[in-house]
Amino acid sequence: MSTPISANEYEMERDHRKLAIWVFLASESIFFAAFITTFVIYRGRSVSGPGPREVLTLFVPLVMTIVLLISSVTMVQALQAIKEGSRTRMWQFLLATAFLGLAFLGLKGNEYAHLIQEGVTPSSNIFGSVYFTVTGLHALHVIVGIVWILAVVAKAWRGAFSATNYLPVELAGLYWHFVDLVWVLIFMVVYLTEQLRFM
Amino acid sequence: MSSEAVSASAARREYSGAMAWLTTVDHKRIGLMYIAASMFFLLVGGLEAMLIRIQLAEANLKVLNPELYNQIFTMHGTTMVFLAVMPLLIGLANYMVPLLIGARDMAYPRLNALGLWIFILGGVFLNSSFLSGGAPAAGWFGYAPLTSAQYSATTGVDFWIWGLELLGISSILTSLNFVVTTLWLRAPGMKLNRMPMFVWTNLVTAFLILFAMPSISAALILLFLDRRVGTFFFDAAGGGDPLLWQHLFWFFGHPEVYILILPAMGVISEVLPVFSRKPLFGYAAVAYSSVAIGFIGFAVWAHHMFTVGMAPVINAVFALASMIIAVPTAIKIFNWIATMWGGSIRVTSALLFAVGFIALFIIGGLGGIFLATVPIDFQVQDTYFVVGHLHYVLFGGSILAIFAAIYYWFPKMTGRMLNERFGIVHFALQFIGTNLTFFPMHILGLEGMPRRIYTYAANLGWDPLNLLATVGAFILAAAMIVFLYNILVSLKNGKLAGDDPWDGDTLEWATSSPPQVYNFAKIPSVASRRPLWDVKHGGKPLETAKEAHGIHLPAPSIMPLVLAVGLTIMMIGLIYGLIPLVIGLVIFVAALFGWINQPA
Repeated sequence: MSTPISANEYEMERDHRKLAIWVFLASESIFFAAFITTFVIYRGRSVSGPGPREVLTLFVPLVMTIVLLISSVTMVQALQAIKEGSRTRMWQFLLATAFLGLAFLGLKGNEYAHLIQEGVTPSSNIFGSVYFTVTGLHALHVIVGIVWILAVVAKAWRGAFSATNYLPVELAGLYWHFVDLVWVLIFMVVYLTEQLRFM
Repeated sequence: MSSEAVSASAARREYSGAMAWLTTVDHKRIGLMYIAASMFFLLVGGLEAMLIRIQLAEANLKVLNPELYNQIFTMHGTTMVFLAVMPLLIGLANYMVPLLIGARDMAYPRLNALGLWIFILGGVFLNSSFLSGGAPAAGWFGYAPLTSAQYSATTGVDFWIWGLELLGISSILTSLNFVVTTLWLRAPGMKLNRMPMFVWTNLVTAFLILFAMPSISAALILLFLDRRVGTFFFDAAGGGDPLLWQHLFWFFGHPEVYILILPAMGVISEVLPVFSRKPLFGYAAVAYSSVAIGFIGFAVWAHHMFTVGMAPVINAVFALASMIIAVPTAIKIFNWIATMWGGSIRVTSALLFAVGFIALFIIGGLGGIFLATVPIDFQVQDTYFVVGHLHYVLFGGSILAIFAAIYYWFPKMTGRMLNERFGIVHFALQFIGTNLTFFPMHILGLEGMPRRIYTYAANLGWDPLNLLATVGAFILAAAMIVFLYNILVSLKNGKLAGDDPWDGDTLEWATSSPPQVYNFAKIPSVASRRPLWDVKHGGKPLETAKEAHGIHLPAPSIMPLVLAVGLTIMMIGLIYGLIPLVIGLVIFVAALFGWINQPA
């Protein structure tokens, strides 16, 4: 993100960008809550097939979840690295995070192809409508996260960040963890509860 | 010290003329542009209201055709809520909040400019639908399935969708800025419980926007997918549910009501003490009741939906929650009255508008209690009773408070006083016009006149009251003309205001009128709720905080405007196809890149 500017420099000793990102993520939570609630409300209301139990598998989404969770670990490692002053280790971990994000998107695309082959599209039935909307908007957030991380890497290559100046890394990390967390929720609501027939 | 320190941010580009405004990141200029643009939209929405009132003046009139009538009332509601009242309050807050808390600017000046430009372009975008096949015509809350591709075949609803998305983005960014500014940039010594009440209510409003807007943003995306991709979210035949729209919309829509009224209540809490020569009575109660309204405001949305067939117990819960809101609201009203009680009252235009606000808001609020009662709502749902109620709250309430704020702060913003005689004429016309226009609507509603009808039969007995309402609307138009004339004349020939024309207590009166670009040469240090009162009556000069650096002013930037242009072109692309979408995206990304690489 951009470098913030403060007209009141005397306040800048305590940086407020972290507050800004937390408030933003709180706002985003409501955004995703609306979609995930929609998914829950519309469960089992398709008037025609195929439904989630016919087409969704548990294995691939589980792998996707693990991929994203590992990417959160590498993100933490990147932040830890720059806190210890190692810029090189930081961008390596950041690249790993971005790569895992891309792997997630690849698996997601693969799942989309599979579903479309099975006849599930946004306009096939209400399940298709909600499924593609929820996961599609999440995927968009993953893309933004990857671009954000790569922007941090580019800055690092030009010599930015040090053991005392690493806030932009932390901000990108907060966003990335949030996007992961949303996926974990999606995984539970869209895949787990369907397959395990909790509800 | 100041001039030397300001020039310290050396190698930056300075612009003049129009470019200075297009690239500004100064919260005061941004605030003024917010106010000017939303005043323009207020006139547009007002013109639409006049057309509606002319059409309804008598039975069977044919001033507008039915299709155009639907577009006009839809755009009237949408314009007034999103393009007039909300940005007027945001603009006032933009100008005043940093001054009131003793800061030099908002926390993120470029983000602030971005919010402004997205708002202006979003407003133009929304209104351009008139010229591209017809404006939206499904009402300001756009109920499904009327908004579906089947029943709203023109691009009007698409413009509505992406216009509201733009305005949502704008207000979320600005609210983010307000939260950080208010929580981090207060002058030393200004604890939360010393903040001016306008800052308090604006902070609560910012949180409301942050948590309410995403709901409508999500709903609008679902609606667009239904219209253009063929999903089934609001299509009952495909397993969807039109009621989902109502829930998502009102989860935003009801907090929105408080977004429109809380800053107005803040204004009243600033104006009454100054013109009653007393501190605000029950400061803590007023502040906490604002917070309470903020919380409870999220638990009342379904009172807009009593007649859709929810279980009685759900109706009862929402009715109860809605009535509970009356408690913190009444707390405020009693505190305002107690503030004036025994005060040494100076009758100025600002005070008149503030007192008028209290009177009209009480009437509007009482109508709200009626509507929160389920059986009564069953009877008057979708009648003119509702129209009368909401206009008492939003027009008699918010708009009167906005006028109070303008009469109160115009001297600070321009250095000149508004003409008081015109102000009093304006108030008289406004007060009479508001009651004449909107009170008869309550009776019309009880007599069964549905809202949004294009015309009515002559034998229903609705003619006299409708004519009365139309006469009232013309009086309101006259009031607006007096107001605008006052602004124009006073800008040129108004009495010079000086720094502190009202003998105020808060920090904005401690600096020049209009304030220097850096607001305060030295950041003040605050020891009470009324820092300026301490100076005047405690005999000590305004203490200043120790600052490590000189004044650092952010550099002007064109990037917020370019980014907003890119975003708007992307929205056009979402309606008209890939080419504008790609062009918009390229501009957006280029601006983002330029933004990041610009030295702050």
